[in-house]
Amino acid sequence: MTGRLVALTIGAIVLLTVPLWMPGIYYVNVTSQILFYAIFALGLDVLAGYAGLTSLGHAALFGIASYATGYILGLGAGHTVAIIGAMVIGLISTAIFAALSLRATGIGFIMITLALGEILWGLAYRWISMTGGDNGISLHGRPAPFGIALSDANAFYYATLLVFVVSLAAAYIFIHSPFGAALRGTRDQPRRMNALGYHVWMIRFWAFMFSGLLTSISGILFVYYNQFISPPTLALTSSAEVLLMVIAGGAGSLFGPIVGAALVVIVKSIVSGFIERWNFLLGAIFVAIIIFMPDGLVPGTQRLLRRWRSAAKTAKAAKTRSAS
Amino acid sequence: MTALSIKGLVKSFGGLRVTRGLNLEVAPGERHLIIGPNGAGKTTLFNQITGEITPDGGSISMFGTELMHVPSRRRTHLGLSRTYQIITLFPHDTLLHNVMLSLLGLDKLRWNPLKRFDAQRHLVDRAQAALDQVGLGDIAQRPLSETSYGERRRVEIAMALVQGPKVLLLDEPYAGLSIDERRDVQALLATIPRDVTIVMIEHNMDVALDFADRISVMYFGEVIVEGTRAEVVANPRTKEVYLGH
Repeated sequence: MTGRLVALTIGAIVLLTVPLWMPGIYYVNVTSQILFYAIFALGLDVLAGYAGLTSLGHAALFGIASYATGYILGLGAGHTVAIIGAMVIGLISTAIFAALSLRATGIGFIMITLALGEILWGLAYRWISMTGGDNGISLHGRPAPFGIALSDANAFYYATLLVFVVSLAAAYIFIHSPFGAALRGTRDQPRRMNALGYHVWMIRFWAFMFSGLLTSISGILFVYYNQFISPPTLALTSSAEVLLMVIAGGAGSLFGPIVGAALVVIVKSIVSGFIERWNFLLGAIFVAIIIFMPDGLVPGTQRLLRRWRSAAKTAKAAKTRSAS
Repeated sequence: MTALSIKGLVKSFGGLRVTRGLNLEVAPGERHLIIGPNGAGKTTLFNQITGEITPDGGSISMFGTELMHVPSRRRTHLGLSRTYQIITLFPHDTLLHNVMLSLLGLDKLRWNPLKRFDAQRHLVDRAQAALDQVGLGDIAQRPLSETSYGERRRVEIAMALVQGPKVLLLDEPYAGLSIDERRDVQALLATIPRDVTIVMIEHNMDVALDFADRISVMYFGEVIVEGTRAEVVANPRTKEVYLGH
């Protein structure tokens, strides 16, 4: 059994047994948060890590799916209609975002996504008839698929875990596919990829759509978790926070954003109960990561492990030589 | 029918005219060398042929197909491949992955988000064969960043050849190579079958002149001399451009 398989098995067992060993419901809920923020971060990672396009407006897409769920439910529709409707609205919004922002790359792309995010944040505040303005939209209850009421924290956790696993598997397949290889190529050498016959813009567009899909899914989970959505969810700080999750964990790696999401949610939800200046702590952690592991926690740890293994092998070989 | 026909090509960057009504005809299977001093507009000409730079006017056709309004990426699908003066490859990936990416560019599979890329046997086998052809088959699994400059140049040529081009544009393929590496690349280029038309920019006359059937001398964005090796060498304008008055 390889090290990776062992780690995956341990991870799966830990996640499957969370409600059994967590000290209370609060911590199960925190784990649910980690999972849906991990899906959000994974969505952004597809764009920032694998396509080389850093978005500062993804919280707007996250918020659109949340608002759409709340609004459709408010119209009296059922949960299935609300979820499908929110996904469709989320994807249409993503297509508009992509069509506008992919006119540029680099700083230009960042600025366009930031501007689009700010426009939607402003709309969430001012379009009161649709969004409820400052008061936001409240939900009344969670779905109960197959008779399992997700109003129960443990049931909601397992539903979120299921969606998380499916999202992670989808991202894995996507990244390792021919399309994923082409996407990474457009990140590294867009001019060369064009010369090799690739439609660079279209590849980026579909990557953006996949990113928007994951972001919408996480937005729906978020609104069902909180039973509430209001404008701060769409703010620039939310976009920056999820980008920090990606960068801290390791952009361009599948498990990096998950670790990044866990780090941010744990510090915000648990450590903040013990340390008043938890923002300072979070900032200090990010600075330390950037200094000591600039490629992120997961790739950085993998690099350290490789180095240690290589050093151990060299030492063993030297020992064998001197013994003979 | 000519393999490549360029008529009245013009291009300016602001007030700087980099291509001035340039005409060029390349016959099928021909090895055509383009020489000229630095700043003559040779690479700019290649960039216009591939569509990376849009000309201001004129026409470019390949085997009778007008290319002026064909997007750059589509020209590759029509059989136009190139290498770059400054090697642009994928340094974090293996040699095999680099060549597979080149193959994938012309394969509909490139849009597939479900299959596993490295399990596509038809791409793996063809990429391995291409690397074998350029003498790099043994190190196919090595990351590109761990190879020498000469090996990277050969990977670049393998990536161009594997696409089965009708017209191949080589931009200074001997640049930066050692004598041994130059000899390897020279031998490699000699093995390319005659159904591939080659246009090459090169400063290294020792190797380039032997390779060429016909030669064009470019100067300030236009072809001032064209002919066989003997004709070009004997032309006083060639001496004027290279040696001064």
